[in-house]
This record gives sequence, C-alpha cells and structure tokens, in this order.
Amino acid sequence: MSNKLAVLAAAILLAGCATQPGARPRSGSSTASAKSDRVAEPWTGDPFPSTYRAYPGVPTLITNVTIYDGEGGRIDGGSVLFADGKIAALGRSVAAPAGAAVIDGTGKWVTPGVIDVHSHLGVYASPSVKALSDGNEMTNPTTPEVWAEHSVWPQDPGFSRALANGGVTTLQILPGSGNLMGGRSVVLKNVYARTTQGMKFPGAPYGFKMACGENPKRVYGGKGRAPSTRMGNIAVDRATWQQAVEYKRRWDKYEKDGGDPPGRDLGMDTLAGVIDGKILVHNHCYRADEMANVIDMAKEFGYHVTAFHHAVEAYKVADLLKANDVCGVVWADWYGFKMEAYDGIPENLAILQKTGTCAMIHSDDENGIQRLNQEVAKAQAAGRRAGIVIPDEIAWEWLSFNPAKALGISDRTGSLKPGKMADVVLWNGNPLSVYTRPDKVWIDGALLYDAHDPKRRPVSDFELGQPGEGDVK
Amino acid sequence: MKRLLLCATALIANPVFADTFAITGGTVAVGDGSQPIPNGTVVVRDGRVVAAGANVAVPAGAPVIDASGKWVAAGIVAGFTSEGIVDGEGIDETYDGAAGKSVFNAAIDVSAAINPTNQSIAVDRAWGVTRALVSPEAGNSIFAGQGAVIDLGADDMPVTKARAFQYAELGEDGAGKVGSRPAAYVMLHDALAQAREVARGGDWGRSKDSLITRTDAAALVPVIDGRMPLVVHVERASDILQVLSLKLAYPSLKLVLLGASEGWLVAPKIAAAHVPVIAAALGDLPGAFERTAATESNVGRLEKAGVAVAISTIDVSTEGGQRNLRQYAGNLVGIARVPGMSGLDWGAAFATVTSGPAAVIGMDGEIGSLRPGRRADVVIWDGDPLELASAPVAVWIDGVAQPLTSRQTRLRDRYLTPQEGALPKAYER
Repeated sequence: MSNKLAVLAAAILLAGCATQPGARPRSGSSTASAKSDRVAEPWTGDPFPSTYRAYPGVPTLITNVTIYDGEGGRIDGGSVLFADGKIAALGRSVAAPAGAAVIDGTGKWVTPGVIDVHSHLGVYASPSVKALSDGNEMTNPTTPEVWAEHSVWPQDPGFSRALANGGVTTLQILPGSGNLMGGRSVVLKNVYARTTQGMKFPGAPYGFKMACGENPKRVYGGKGRAPSTRMGNIAVDRATWQQAVEYKRRWDKYEKDGGDPPGRDLGMDTLAGVIDGKILVHNHCYRADEMANVIDMAKEFGYHVTAFHHAVEAYKVADLLKANDVCGVVWADWYGFKMEAYDGIPENLAILQKTGTCAMIHSDDENGIQRLNQEVAKAQAAGRRAGIVIPDEIAWEWLSFNPAKALGISDRTGSLKPGKMADVVLWNGNPLSVYTRPDKVWIDGALLYDAHDPKRRPVSDFELGQPGEGDVK
Repeated sequence: MKRLLLCATALIANPVFADTFAITGGTVAVGDGSQPIPNGTVVVRDGRVVAAGANVAVPAGAPVIDASGKWVAAGIVAGFTSEGIVDGEGIDETYDGAAGKSVFNAAIDVSAAINPTNQSIAVDRAWGVTRALVSPEAGNSIFAGQGAVIDLGADDMPVTKARAFQYAELGEDGAGKVGSRPAAYVMLHDALAQAREVARGGDWGRSKDSLITRTDAAALVPVIDGRMPLVVHVERASDILQVLSLKLAYPSLKLVLLGASEGWLVAPKIAAAHVPVIAAALGDLPGAFERTAATESNVGRLEKAGVAVAISTIDVSTEGGQRNLRQYAGNLVGIARVPGMSGLDWGAAFATVTSGPAAVIGMDGEIGSLRPGRRADVVIWDGDPLELASAPVAVWIDGVAQPLTSRQTRLRDRYLTPQEGALPKAYER
C-alpha cells in the first residue's frame, strides 16, 4: 500500500499538481486496490500540501560564461539555455531560440542556485524578538509531532538577503536543537509568498530533526529532568524509537490484515515515516564518538541517518560516515564556540571529500547563508594547503548537488542538467572570490533578483514603511 | 619588546631574530588606507617599522627575506573582541566577559584576565591577526568596564595597553540592563556626575541614592577627562544622536560608536562630531527593531560622509574567529561593484581591519600599519590578504617571528587520514 501511494505521489508531482495524498480514506477511483477502503498509513500523507507555483519567465540564453554545472562539470566560455522553467541546454555553443533573452556573460560565472540544507529562517526570524522565536518547542525532549512549517513566518527579511547576496534558491528549515527529536523540517523554494505553503518545495520529502550532545542535555538537565547527560540523551531516544517500532508494527499489521485502524499518534507518525524511509533524518551532532553512537542506534531501530549536521568532528570518522552512507554537513571554519565544537578545523570538508564521503556546506545562520559560496572557497583553500586539491567545479557540489541529494530533491534541482528546475545564479565574477556577488538569480526560470533592477529586489511585509525600505542590503 | 625563542616559519630557512631585517619584492599593504604598492620593501629594526613602500633602501648587512609574488601587509587588528578571555562562548566555566555577580562595573579591568595560551589566539595569529581590542561585556550595569589592547604573540606578555577604553551599553542592550533607554541615560549621567565629583578632588560624598561605587566613579574620571575613549554600543539612528549629544555636557569625552547599524542615516552628524565608528561590516538584517535600516552599505556610506570607520564581528557570526575579519573587509570591496551599493576601495577596506581599529582608540601611532615607527606587526601572505584563497606564510609581532601552528593544525595533521594505524591516534603527534 505504501509503495502504491508513493507511486501515486510521484505521478501527481510529475503532473505539477499541488494535490497530495492525504491521510484520509481514499476513494475507489483514486486507488483501484482491494484495500482502498482502508486508512492509509498516516505518515505517507501531507495535509499541508505545497501551493507553490513557479513565476513566469522568458526563455533565456546566457553566453560566453564560465559554467559549473553542480555535478562536477565545468564549461569555459559556454552557454546555458533555460525555458519554461527548466534547464534546456548547456554547452560550448547553444543556439538562441526565437524570442529568447540573450545575456552576454563575459567575465561572469553561472552556477546552480545555492541550496542551504540547514536554515532557521522563518522560525527564528528577523527581528529576533520573543514573539518571533518559533524554532524550538522546548517543552519536551522529544517533539516529533511538531512541523517547522507551522512556525515559518514567510515575511522573514532574511529570505531576501539569502537570495540577493547568497544566490540561495532552495533551503531546508529545521526546528531547533534543544530537543532530541525536534520535529519535521520543511524544504522551501526561496520565493516570497503569502503563506508558507506557497513557498513549500513541491513534493520534497520531509526531514526529521534530531540532536545529540550538549543542547538537549543542557535544556532538559536545566529543567531538572531527563535527559541531563549524554547517556540520558541516548536512553530517551531509544525508548522513543522502541515506541515507534511498535506503532509502525500495529499499522503494518492493519495494512496487511485489516480490521480497526490503530489509534493515531502524530509524533509516532513522524517516527514511523522515518523507519519507513519516507522521512529523512537530519541529525545535529558534533562529536565523532556521538555520531558513531547514533549510527548504531539507527541500526538497532531500523532507520537511516541521512546526514549529520554541524559535524565538526566528521573528519575524524570520515571512513565511518562513508561506510554507513551518511553525509557530513559542516561549516567551513566554525570552531571553539562550545565544548563539542572545540576540535573544529577548516580542512573538515576537504578531508570528507578526500575519503569519498558525501559532504556539503550549511549555514545554520541568517548571516552565513548569504555567503555560503565564500565558505566553500575557504574550505577549498584550506584543503589545498593540506595537499587536498579540489577543483572549483567539484567544490560547487558542496553548495548545490550534495545538499539536493541530502534533501531527496536532486532529481529536480541542484545541478544544471536539461529538464531540471531552472534554479540559476549568474555571478558577477568568480563565485569563489570574496569580491563576487550575484548579478541575477532565477528560480524555476523566473528572474527573482537582478542587481541592476531595484524592482527585482524583494521587500518583505515587515520592511514596508520602515527605515531602509527597499534599500540595497 | 619580546625576546622569546620561537619556531621558524616555513618561509624562513633561518630564523630571523636579527634586530634589523628587510622584506623585499612583495606587494606591500601599509594598512593606513593607501593602495597596495607592487614590489615594495619593508624594513624592520628593533621591533619597529623603519620604512615600508617603494624605493626603500635595505640597510647594509641586514638579512633580506624575498617575498616576490607574495603580499607583505600590516597585521590585522581585531576591532572588538573577547579574544583571550574565554575558551569558547558556550564554555561558561572559562568565561571572563560579563560579570553579573560583581558589585563593580566600570572599574573592571579586563587586562587581568587575558590568557595568551588561549587557543583562539594561536588560531587567529596564524591567520594574520596580530592585535586585538578586548572588551568585557556588560553584566548588571550599562558599564562593562575597561577594555585592553593585546598582541597575539606566542609569549606570556599579551597586554599592549591595559585600560585602553571604557565600554558602555546604551540602546536596546543598555535598556535591557536597567529597564529602558531613558533609565540607561539616567544611570550614565549619574555615573559621570559622580566621576566629576571624584575628579574635583573634594570629599567623596557619594549620595545615598547613587548606585555607583567609589571605585567605579574613579574609573570614569579619565573618561570625562577625555584621556580614555568611551566606546558606546548603539545601533538606532536616534540613539546615535542621543550619544552624540553627550558631548554637550561633557565636551572632553572621546566617544566611539560601536555597532551603529543605522549610522548611515545620520552620517553627516557623526562626521561633524568627529566620532569614529566600529561597525559590523555586513550587518544587513533587521535583527532587532533598532536595526531596521541595516545595510551592508553602512560602512561605505559612513566613510563617504567622512566618518573614520573600523569593522568588527559584532552582529555577525564570530564562530570562525577573528580571522574572518579580512573576509568581511573583502566583501566591502566586492559590494562596490554592485549597483547602488556603497563599498570601499581596497586600501580603505584593509584599513578597517588594521589602522582603523587602532585609530578609534587613539593608538594608530603605535600599531595598525607599516608606517615608520609603528610596532613591527608584519604578515607575509601568499596572495591578496582579503581574498578567500590566501593565507599567511609568515607572521611577526613586535618584529618577532611567530609560530603558525595551533591545535587546529595538529588535529589536521593527525586526521588527514582518519583511519587508525598500528597504534591509536592518541599516539600520533
């Protein structure tokens, strides 16, 4: 049943329809299965479907430009064409179709849009007043029932800065790290909308935020309750996963044998979806030894960790991450700001790359998200000095394709391959230079930032009528 | 002067401990706002810069370091930091910043806490940061206490100048200490009035309703005298104007504005008051209501209006350490290419992280540039020091060659190959 629903979901996505299979009895017409009168396993649905629509664009050809395609390919003096929201062609020479806008990219670079796999924009919005602090439901060490999208304030001015200065076209919004299980993430296209659903990346899998280490033990230890230690962290996690295993067993039995549907538990829905492989685990975890603990805990309960975020010590266990198919999601050079970050080194990304581990950059920061390209440049340079030479076009994988893979959307975005979303940045120079900024940014082929056109510079509702409205930022 | 035996750097085959030496052939960045000088020479004697620039003669017999293809630059001065007073922001046990339990505030002298073996000092030193302004943070008062200027040298004498400035919080943070903005001003005026009483040398007749201790009042005397700069953190344009008006009552005050995200809105008034600014280079978010007008063009616009500007990591992430100041300065050059944005030219941008921070506390005659007579804090970079791919290959502080290793480089070397060998990693060093 769940497989059928997945196929159905995929078909709906391909049709570009916003309707998603919901956690409701399905009519016989939508599934011709004999089990169609049964309630679907509740973690397979999305009751808050995306209403995102690509904005109109014009067929656009950028010529004479240096291209990093996001999957390790590089074309010097090349051209890229996109139309109808999709990448159409790229190569040394591409003919302009009639009516296409042609941009001479001499001296400039084209890349896929930057994807930030770890952001709290919208849930910890600017201004960072208490009334907008919606990023962490720190009332229970495990809150798998909360969904970040219900906290996102789509008017956060931070979205526009990430677009204009950072070329960010897609981002994952995670709940915070005070809880062992923080809740579901949401993947957004970086396009302002009146509702969060209007920004929601159509059909992106849900992520699930977990945290190990200092934060949960500090928050709950400070309240005089479990967990107050690292061993408490794992104990509470394991007890919760065991409940999820039992919950999923009840639903699977119902799917197989029928009868009365099991009682619904919204938190367990999320965990069962993780065990089912439909929801991807993004685990905040700094220390090498703790990553190993979490990997074994995942094996015990039959789930997979997609990525460790803030993996400051990933370089110490790059082989372990690779062997277990877990991505290392890291900063370029953050270190020392807490005990579990004390061993951070700027060669982290390069060492992960050298060992063949899935690796990528992330921001976790409303300022850093504006300069992820610069962070990659620093990480690349640190690697080079340590004897790990990573070409620019490979380093760009840390900014787009690898994050897309970790989000389960690399079939649709993250690289400049024909048929993929036209999420494109034209940079006014080498994007691994400190002196470079986005010149234009397209999302699904729509021009949503243009450094030369003040009207292509979004101003969120909050900023209207305030000092600095519409200013360059 | 420092005379500790230190490791040779990779560039220098024979350690240079000579009293006099010259660096030739590199692109020289003096750090005083001037543009880089190709094929320049820097001459150092007795820990001071003798000369830097084109057509500088190498003294007879002086050892010469060839920096061809490289850059020779003034060491970076970190504008406003907690360098050396905390081993990690989240490691509370090591934190010597805000003293929330102290009855003393303005009198706190942060220089007593500087730990030169703090690991961030070694890391930032290897990235060309040679001096830093170190400040306590405000605890239960608007006054944080007296900041210091330190060097980042690998020796046990880190303090260049103790009690170099007083630091106060006004604006939203100051209001948070005492309840409101007006309450913060009452506290400030009361404290300065008490200091004036002390300065007059009369009886210390601390009035019963004044909250400031005698020790704190005494610490503020050099502030009202203008012998010690008062660094005031404010962001909102209206708060900036309030601070500037303090000079009406206390004309000798040497004010410095820290933050000043909305400074560009009142830039001509700041310039007219001759008050320098230590700004966040790239603060462009309305992170607070007092910063709604924040823009990356703030520094460029202030400079254009004639305000002396330095930058710091305030209001942007510092998790990568003070080594990232050069990245922020580089961005100020980069935005000059974006239509409508105000940036800086290269020389001015580099000055925001060298002579600029030194100047705002009146020490640019001593540190922050390669102008003759300054302390010889010199860095040889393998490329443009503001560019992301560049790194130092040699660092001198007070003319003394410095090690470029840190715990980070040791960890890197240990884990370049993550797998364990014949013995555990703990045996590799």
